[in-house]
Parts: sequence; structure tokens; C-alpha cells
Amino acid sequence: MEYDCSLASGRTGCISERQNSIITTGKNKSRIHCADDSLAGAVSQRACVFCGARVVLNPITDAIHLVHGPIGCATYTWDIRGSLSSGSEMYRHSFSTDLKEKDVVFGGEPKLAACIDEVVTKYRPPAVFVYSTCVVGMIGDDIITVCKNASECYGIDVIPVESSGFISGNKIVGYRAAAEALMKLIRPKPGEIIEKTRKLNFLGEYNLGGEKWLIERYLNEIGIEVNVAFTGDSTVAALKLSPGSCLNIVQCTGSMHWVATNLEKEYGIPYLDVNFFGAENTAESLRRIAAFYDDPEIIRKAEILIEHELARITPEIDKYRKKLAGKRAAIYVGGAFKAVALIRQMKDLGMEVVVTGTQTGKQEEYETISGLLSEGTIVVDDANPAEIERFLLDMKVDVMAGGVKERVLAYKLGIGFVDHNHDRKECLAGFDGAITFAREVYITTCSPVWKRLKLSIGEET
Amino acid sequence: MLECMPKARSEHTTGKINPAKTCQPIGAMYAALGIHGCLPHSHGSQGCCAYHRMHLTRHFRDQVLASSSSFTEGASVFGGAANLKTSIKNIFDIYNPEIIAVHTTCLSETIGDDIPTIIKQSEIPEGKIVIHANTPSYQGSHITGFSNMVKGMVTYLAERDEETLRQKRVNIIPGFINPADMREIKRITSDLGIDMIMFPDTTDVLDSPLTSKYEMYPEGGATIAQIRASGNSRLTLTLGHWSSDAAGALLQEKCGVPCIPLKVPIGLKATDDLIMTLKEKFDAVVPKSLTIERGQVVDTLIDTHFHYQGKKVAIFGDPDLVIPLTEFVLTMGMIPTYIITGTPGRQFEDEVSAMIEAAGIQDYIVKAEGDLFELHQWIKEKPVELLLGTSYGKYIARAEDIPLVRVGFPILDRAVHPLMPITGYRGCLRLIEMISNAFLERRDRDCLDEDFELVL
Repeated sequence: MEYDCSLASGRTGCISERQNSIITTGKNKSRIHCADDSLAGAVSQRACVFCGARVVLNPITDAIHLVHGPIGCATYTWDIRGSLSSGSEMYRHSFSTDLKEKDVVFGGEPKLAACIDEVVTKYRPPAVFVYSTCVVGMIGDDIITVCKNASECYGIDVIPVESSGFISGNKIVGYRAAAEALMKLIRPKPGEIIEKTRKLNFLGEYNLGGEKWLIERYLNEIGIEVNVAFTGDSTVAALKLSPGSCLNIVQCTGSMHWVATNLEKEYGIPYLDVNFFGAENTAESLRRIAAFYDDPEIIRKAEILIEHELARITPEIDKYRKKLAGKRAAIYVGGAFKAVALIRQMKDLGMEVVVTGTQTGKQEEYETISGLLSEGTIVVDDANPAEIERFLLDMKVDVMAGGVKERVLAYKLGIGFVDHNHDRKECLAGFDGAITFAREVYITTCSPVWKRLKLSIGEET
Repeated sequence: MLECMPKARSEHTTGKINPAKTCQPIGAMYAALGIHGCLPHSHGSQGCCAYHRMHLTRHFRDQVLASSSSFTEGASVFGGAANLKTSIKNIFDIYNPEIIAVHTTCLSETIGDDIPTIIKQSEIPEGKIVIHANTPSYQGSHITGFSNMVKGMVTYLAERDEETLRQKRVNIIPGFINPADMREIKRITSDLGIDMIMFPDTTDVLDSPLTSKYEMYPEGGATIAQIRASGNSRLTLTLGHWSSDAAGALLQEKCGVPCIPLKVPIGLKATDDLIMTLKEKFDAVVPKSLTIERGQVVDTLIDTHFHYQGKKVAIFGDPDLVIPLTEFVLTMGMIPTYIITGTPGRQFEDEVSAMIEAAGIQDYIVKAEGDLFELHQWIKEKPVELLLGTSYGKYIARAEDIPLVRVGFPILDRAVHPLMPITGYRGCLRLIEMISNAFLERRDRDCLDEDFELVL
């Protein structure tokens, strides 16, 4: 019973309310508690609704993203995603209404209207997203009306995003706010007809390190065209054509399932869950997409591509597997989708996953996760740094995959770290991404610096 | 194109495009990390706390811990008192800090939570302390928030409990600077043989070594006892008007410790001023080592002046850094052409104008509460040859092909900077090296083969 959840109480960093958010596979009968609000006073790794909305919408390259609130929310989200563009770079600039005390007292609507006027006059963007923040929600600015007026005045989409931070500490609620904004954007105007095509939309793909481009290349090779990704390297015009696609493939389920089901409801577009992290997942996803098109030529080309790519990357990955076999990994990421993909990839590299956690996982997702893990693995929802530290040490972890805040913690403990956050710079998807991922895990797990560290504190190497 | 300049010139009249500031709470969080055994607490939504920790972590590349009241809709309707009380209880139960430093956010300020009253009603274990600062995000900037939290330290902690002031002891309030700079200022003061209390002090907190051990509360930081005892010191030096003067003035009012406002010691003159003030007030002997360091700076300036003299430079960042940086580039014979801070305050414009005009330069623009859109627009119309500022200058640097020397907060795309001082005489050398190399590397890259030189 060394790692059962009773550990959660009475040790630094854990309190009784958190017990149910930590389970050990094979030991706990109860189900994990998740999607709870974080405890007041917790050093949580979670963010807010605004953060969730911003990460989903920000990659729309040619829109203006105007943050309505005091300056901070715009500054902290200025160009922090590793989401790349093949065209406009407008989305990488930071626009804020920079609310002041008098705006908070008398209302921020006039300033918002003035800011929209200024940015639209300056840049003539095809769309403006207006994000509401905590204060705006609190003082009750009617951003819907301001946006509607501006929209009518300029003949472009000015779309309010209901993302006041306090609505929830769970980014998922922000994903939903973004999803609603997206549905507004793409809904055809009365009388407008969107032509049906054989293209697909790629939902929950943010083109981090050019991942969308890579997958699109595979799809093109097998004879399938991508209309647009939601939202990596997307443009307003391409998003507006999305109702004409014949299929939606959904990668990041946390942010895009709702959009997929609504696109199915409103426009009759079916969707497939896909996963392009890891070679096996990539192959399986390509096969499923090809099967959907039910075209022998596409299926044949897909098999050729998969065979060719696997033959190319397998020897490369084997090299890393030799170095990494038996190493112990921990995963702490935003969503369960990413956690599942990472577990598979770590296992492919011959590693053992001993800790897994997410900020926003759902009940059934945690069940999937537990199913993938061997007995005795720790599964945790919304972990705080003290818990993460304890698990990393107790479980003798060699390498951790996580986000910005976990990076320095892992390093301080002498543990390697792989960035799998939404601001990473490396392409980790597809067949090539599998090699990149293996290399990333290898260089951090087997860095020669770790040897020096041990020497410097008097241990044998 | 990675730039945000519309083709036609257009007035920028409202809001911010590419801001040169951020909001108060992050400054308060940074200040609070300079107290030993302190857990900063953000009284607002979870996102604020997450963003501030992330931003500070990206700059310092070190662990930043802080807790949040995790506001939800309920708290926003009924007030945040219950959340704060629960937070205080949970924090002492779970994380066991010596002290919690609460700062507000725009949300809790708008709700109107009365923090002192809530703290009084909270369960605080014997011997533990909770302090606070009001840091509404819709006023001032991160520098204002820093200043407010330092002031909060004086309000809650500083005491005059000894009859006579400690004759040989100075308080130094260092301002929003990197740990390496605090370390350098401490070194200079101790070389002068003067006892010192520095608060806040983030050395050994945000520049801590990798030991394979995780310390929730690292070794460094001003202790509560030290901040308390600052009320008995002979003198306070506040470095930087915007981040430090308010706390110094309050310490004078509360405990009768006289206060001398100085600049952050960046550049020859500001460093001279710090040392001469300490020498004069404490009858200290300036050790030969400092005289030698100063001499090396002058020597290097002469060795390299032809690399940068007469070059036009734009400087942007926090007021307490930009002012002495402007002073130093004037010493270097450069021409500060555009000088911007995101923090509001007319005094910035007056002070910078006075320095530049005293140097006989007429053609310049200085602006408080500016943003990088404006700076870019000015540079497009009339270029400069060097940018001095934070990582956010890299878009302008790339669009206009101008070298960027990174100083200030935040620097998100380079490492090592929090460990290397830009203050003191050693800091002068580092600035000269960075500025001079920026020009020389450009020359090596751009010149024709026939102009390519080994010796420069």
C-alpha cells in the first residue's frame, strides 16, 4: 500500500480534500475526482477561462485579437504560443483596451468601441475577436452590443468571446467560450451558400512547430485535401468555408469535441477522433481517415506512405530506444488527450510511465489513462507543485513531460524535462515528430550535465 | 510580415498595441518572493496567478510558487472574503510558510474586498504573519504593484523598537531588478564596510543553484526580523523612484529613518552616486578594489568609444532602469533618440528630457505610458541604430534590422541574464560589452569582404 491515496494526507503538499484527486492504478476502487474547482489557497498549475479561450482562438492568423480589460491579460498572452503561420502574422501582436480606473467606474464600453474603431481603421482585418476579462464581466460591459454595432458599421465579423476569468478555474470552460465564438464566425450569413467539397477540416490542431503542415503533407500525399485547421495557421476566410467540408478529424478532444458535434448537427459533417502523436497513432489515424473516404486509391496510397515512413523512422527510433529502455517517466499536461498520446509514446520508447496527471481531464478520460498504465502508477488530477515533487522523487522519475511551470521544478530535482505544452517549439506530431520526440526525451534524460551534478554533490557517477 | 505597422501613418489614440508594461499583481508577487519563507498569494481568479508565475518563471528560469484564492462566479457575486480566509487556512496547513503576502487583482479590487479586515478575521497560527498590498491592475503598472508590496512590508513589519538608530547600518530598497543586481549592490555596500538590510531581496531565491533537492522556501530573501529591524537603521537608500521611494518615505514617516532617493546604480554616474552617498553618510573608506573597478570601466569606455559614439539608440522598459540607462548611454556618447516606458508618470518625461537636453541633444522623443507600436512608428519614420530593452523589442529589431541589446524585464528568449549584473562598475563593463559587440557583430556580418577586418 505504499502509494495508495492515504498518502495524500499528512504529508507536505497534500490535504485531505485532495485525496480523491489522486489514485494509484490497481489499488483504488474509487474513481478519481476531477473537474472539481481547485481549492482556495492551492498552488495550482491551472489557469482560467480567458486562458482557455485565448489558446484556442489566438492561432487564427489574420484576425485581430483584442483583449478587453486591464493590460495584464494581453501582455501575458502576447505571442506565447508556438503556433506558426504561413501568411499573416497579425495574431502575434498584442491588442488591449488597457482599462483604467475611470473605465472600471464608468464602464468600459466607450473605450472598447473606440479601440475597435482604431484597429479596424488601421488594419482592415477580416475579423476581430473581443475577449472579455474578469473586470469586464464584473462591471457588466455589454460587449455583445458593442461588437454587434461595430460589426454592422464595418461589415466584418466582430465577435465577443465570453471569457471572464472567474467563471471557472478550468480552461475547458474557456475552450467552450472559444468554440461558441468559432461557431458564430463560421455560420453562413442568410442566403450565403457554402459549396460542398471532398476536403476535411482538422479540428484541435494548432500547428505547433509546423505540425499541421506535416500532417497536411501526409494527407495530400494520399490524395486528401485539408480545408482548414481549427485553428492552427487558419484564416478567417478558410474557417468560413469549413461547413462545406465532408469530414472533421478531431485531435485535441478537450478543446474541439463540442465544435465537432455542433458541426455535425448544423451541417451534417461527420467526425473522426484522430491522434497524430507517435508513429502507431499516426498510422492508425491515416488508415481511419482513408477508410472514411472509401476510395481504393486513397487506401492504397495510405498503406504505401505508412510502410515507407515506418521503414524510414524505425531504425532512427530504435537508436533512442536502446538508450532509453527502462527509464521512468512522469507526465503532467493540460488535457487527457495529450496524456494518452504521451503514455503511448513513452512506452514505445521502452520507458515506464510511473506518474500521470492532467489539469482538465474528465472522468472517462482518466479511466482510459488508468487502462493504459501498469499497476502501481500514480494518476492525479490538478496536482500542485508539492505533490508533483513528491511523486517525482518517490517514483524515482528520470524524465518528465509537462509545461512551463513543471520544467524548472523537474530540473531543480535533477530530472530531465520534455516540453509538451501548447507553447512548445518542436514538431512532435506524425512520423517525423516521433523521431523528434525520441530525440527530445533522449537529450534531456541522458544529458551529460546530470553526471556533473552528481559529482558536485559528492556522489559516485 | 512580422510587423504591425499599417502602410499609411495613423494616429494611435486609445488602448495599447504591443504594450511596454504589464499589471500590478506580478510586481507584487516578485517583491513578495524577496521575503524569506514567504508564499505570495494572489487574491483573484486562478488565471492571474498562473500567468504571473509563468511570466516570472520564463524570465528567471527558476521555480516561482504562489497561491491563488481561485475565485469562481460565487465569490465574485458574494465577495471574496470566504475564499481568502479558506486560502489563508489552507496555505498555513499545507505549505507552511512563515509569512503570506496577499496582493489583490482587478477582480477583487472591483468587488471591493476589504483585505485588512478579512486578514484580521482569519485564522493565523501563532508566530505566522499575513501582510497585504492593494494592487489594482487598472492603475499604474507592474512597477506600481512592486512598489505597493514593498510599502506593505514597511506598513506591516518595520518597527522602531530601539532608542538610538544603528549608526553603522543602511537599509537598501533595491527596486524591481534581477537577483544578480541585488547581489552586486550588496557586494559594493559590504566592500565599503557598511552593515545593510536589503528588502526585498531575491538573491538565493530566484537565482538558486541546482542541487537535486527541492526547497519550497529557498535560503535567500530578507527575513521578517530584518525587515522589522529596518526601522532601527540609520538611513534608507531607495533605488528607483517608481519602485522604491514610496516604501522609503513611509519608513521615514513611521520609524524616523531618513531616506535618500537614488537611481538604480546602472552606469558610471549612478554607481558613483551610490558609493559616494554611502561614503559620506557612513564615513566609509572606499576600498582600492572599487577604485580599480571604476578605473577599468573608464579605461574600457576609452578603448571602445569609437564603436558606439554618435550612434542613435532607442530605450524602452521600466522607468527605474530606463532613466539610468539613458544616463549611461549619454556617458558613452550615444544619442538617445526615443525613450519610452509603459508605466505612467510625467516625472519620467521631465527627468529624461532634462538629462538629454543637458547633453545638448534636441531631436528626441520621450514618453511615459507609451507602447511599442508607437516606438515602431517613430523608428520607421526616423531610424535608430540600436534598441535597448526587453525581449518584446525583437519584432521591431527584426522588421527594421536593428540590433537589440536585451536589458530589463522580461527577457523571455535568452538565459543567464538574471545571474549577470548590469549594476555597479561590473555592470557597466557588461553593458559596454553587450552594446559594443552588438555593433561589431553587425559590422562583421554586413561588411564587404574587402572591409572585413581581424582587428577592430
